Amino acid sequence: MKMDHSLPLEYSTEENKLKILGFWIFLGAEIMLFATLFATYFTLVGRTAGGPTGAGIFEITPVLIETLLLLTSSFTVGLGIHAMRLGRKKAMIGFFITTLLLGLAFIGVEIYEFVHYVHVGAGLQTSAFTSILLTTLGTHGIHVTIGLFWGLFIVLQVWKRGLTPQTANKSFIFSLYWHFLDIIWIFIFSFIYLKGMM
Amino acid sequence: MDFFERFAVPHPSFAIYASMVAIGLTVVAVLAGLTYFKKWGYLWREWLTTVDHKRIGIMYLISALLMLFRGGVDAIMMRAQLSAPDLKLLDAQHYNEIFTTHGIVMILFMAMPFIMFFMNFVIPLQIGARDVAFPRLNALSFWLFFMGAMLFNISFIIGGSPDAGWTSYFPLAGNEFSTSVGTNYYMIAIQIAGIGTLMTGINFITTILKMRAPGMTLLKMPMFTWSAFIANVIIVFAFPVLAVLLAMGTLDRQFGTNFFTMDNGGMDMLWANIFWVWGHPEVYILILPAFGLYSEIISTFARRNLYGYKSMVGSMVLISLLSFLVWAHHFFTMGQGALTNSIFSITTMAIAVPTGVKIFNWLLTLRKGKIVITTPMLYSLLFIPLFTLGGVTGVMLAMSAADYQYHNTMFLVAHFHNVIIPGVVFAMLAGLTYYWPKMFGFMLNERIGKWTAWLLSIGFILSFMPMYITGLDGQARRMFTYSESTGFGPLNMVSFIGAGIMAIGFVLIVYNIYYSTRYASRNISNDPWDARTLEWATHTPVPEYNFAITPQVNSIEAFWDMKKKGHVIFKGEYEKIHMPNNSGIPFIMSCIFFVWGFSFVFSLWIPVIVTTIGIFVCMALRSFENDHGRYISVEEIEETETRLRGA
Ligand code: HEM
Ligand SMILES: [Cu+2]
Repeated sequence: MKMDHSLPLEYSTEENKLKILGFWIFLGAEIMLFATLFATYFTLVGRTAGGPTGAGIFEITPVLIETLLLLTSSFTVGLGIHAMRLGRKKAMIGFFITTLLLGLAFIGVEIYEFVHYVHVGAGLQTSAFTSILLTTLGTHGIHVTIGLFWGLFIVLQVWKRGLTPQTANKSFIFSLYWHFLDIIWIFIFSFIYLKGMM
Repeated sequence: MDFFERFAVPHPSFAIYASMVAIGLTVVAVLAGLTYFKKWGYLWREWLTTVDHKRIGIMYLISALLMLFRGGVDAIMMRAQLSAPDLKLLDAQHYNEIFTTHGIVMILFMAMPFIMFFMNFVIPLQIGARDVAFPRLNALSFWLFFMGAMLFNISFIIGGSPDAGWTSYFPLAGNEFSTSVGTNYYMIAIQIAGIGTLMTGINFITTILKMRAPGMTLLKMPMFTWSAFIANVIIVFAFPVLAVLLAMGTLDRQFGTNFFTMDNGGMDMLWANIFWVWGHPEVYILILPAFGLYSEIISTFARRNLYGYKSMVGSMVLISLLSFLVWAHHFFTMGQGALTNSIFSITTMAIAVPTGVKIFNWLLTLRKGKIVITTPMLYSLLFIPLFTLGGVTGVMLAMSAADYQYHNTMFLVAHFHNVIIPGVVFAMLAGLTYYWPKMFGFMLNERIGKWTAWLLSIGFILSFMPMYITGLDGQARRMFTYSESTGFGPLNMVSFIGAGIMAIGFVLIVYNIYYSTRYASRNISNDPWDARTLEWATHTPVPEYNFAITPQVNSIEAFWDMKKKGHVIFKGEYEKIHMPNNSGIPFIMSCIFFVWGFSFVFSLWIPVIVTTIGIFVCMALRSFENDHGRYISVEEIEETETRLRGA
């Protein structure tokens, strides 16, 4: 395996570079996916069919908690990558586990939020608005959940195999994914929740 | 018994029962044959687990040809039903099912894999690479496509075909009007295949951006690689839209959401809009690689370089941008208002400009060329006038006011077949003939090939030109019959005859393959067409590592300049070559996807959950696996090279 030592570990082999570029392109596709959901959301947001509206069901507290959790986790995953670049395996694993725990807490609050919606009569089937609302939030939530498992596997690999070009590459790509989900959340927060509550 | 009733076909007929028996027998025969000839091991090692782009390409080709015949049978049945007024070969329901499956099969399961075949087989060779960027992902893409296609194809014998058209507009496609599981198949099968296509897009963009031979700058890439690159960019932007659309369709049909429903705030036109936001770019995903193939073939057989290389690239970039801005031209009649319609009319007509630029470039390439009429060239020469006609009728359709007359008539059907058959299908057949010797080491018979090209063209003209006329006279598309008094009878009979001639053409292709396999000379050079690009610079058959020495390029037509101007493109010594290992995971994971899809179609939630877990287990296994590939040693390379040079 040819290695280029002037570059960070995650970029050090040809294969690693390919994977990072490929993942950026994948994120491009993900942007289209969420863009389609957002476009549909804006089309259907007013079509509540006499059922609950955003202003009627959104609660600021859980949403703020979720935002805080996810933003912090994006920060900690960044710290994790920083530690990785310094070659500090333990610190990196620590930051990654913190990230995953924050993500888990996010999912916990989101589940609470969903239960609340169903409780106040805003289920998946209630109206076009609730359908797209829950689908958009759910798609993001599923992404986070998948990220939790993925991150866990990566932590295990780093723990067992140490910081190799492969594990560093995977960790870095995971961090890209995690930041991306955070950015999507910021859009959800601003354009779905804040706009909806106004 | 209740449990099994759901698998029954809701609207059976003798033909469907006969197909069930035929399919059952074929499956048994194939399985028995494999066992008898002890080919299971071979199949598994050499094909099911392969990650070699050339073999994956060939599997795409086989699938595409199979689907061509499945879609073709649908087509013949439709033309037969319409060949005279008031026929009763098919009833309305069967006719609906057949035009639906015909459209999907031809576009997504014939044309798409055919293009994937060319991309897989040609691009790594054309850019001087050893493989694609992610060989294993490539295998997964193929197998997902394949399983999606198979799932779609079994619909008509298990549970019922989709019947709401390839566009599957709601509310028609909703539960109220499409009661069988057919439309579930549509949603799920296309979803699975679509994920595969999206991954192909990512894979090839990365490959083309990062794995080109040293010296091959972007503006020195061969035209087919350029066209495929742009098509893949469109794939990455368009296919996620389709994924979301299908997911929403599934939710509406199986989970009671209200995206496209008529009450509770749903919006049926939302489906049509999102569908075409994907659908129009999709037609350009099909045509751009076809344009790329024509460019290669025309410059090869005009024996000169392609005229206007940069304007070719520029026009394709422009087409790809515009293709996302025209979707509403598919429903001018749905009441968006004059302003919206006018805007979309203009963007649509604008696409004709870069397309026209390309046509002129081909003509100008021919003008000073020394034209050699081989089969691939014959297809290309037939393509230029026939496709132009289709483009012109496209511009007619683009005029929103006039479209009220044409929309959803046979005129529209004639338009898109007029661009897709001479445009895409001819390119596929031309390319197939062109690359056949590189794949299999012998040429297809030229005489039979030319006969085929002429039969297909004449058949095409006879079968689709009459539709322009009956369409203008008001014959609607997707109607299973018409009365005698409409006067459409004779022209529809002409169409039927044309379709029959085309069918003969397609059968001749199979005959040609058979005939050439038996009789064609195996003694051909690595470059039988005297071509111009790198894929012809390596041996035939292509060794698994493609090039023993990575080529170094400094011109657009690297291989031509090597032959004619003495450029040296292979410099240096052999070095050991790194290759990826085969893997069974893509195939197994896709099989699980198949079961997942099947269970989902029938809302069997327990198997859905089990298989979902299975899919994630496969991904986890892949994540933990430590596979660094293998090396081909210098001795091995020397041995292979001497053997291949031997002849
Ligand atoms: C000059 C370029 C083109 C123009 C201006 C054009 C214009 C149009 C318009 C306006 C329609 C909608 C008509 C209606 O529904 O009433 C249409 C339909 C269609 N076009 Fe084109 N087109 C062009 C090229 C192509 C190409 C290159 C392809 C495919 C390779 C293609 C495939 C289709 C298909 C599949 C449909 C109809 C689908 C359906 O409703 O089932 N077109 N075209
Ligand atoms: Cu279009």
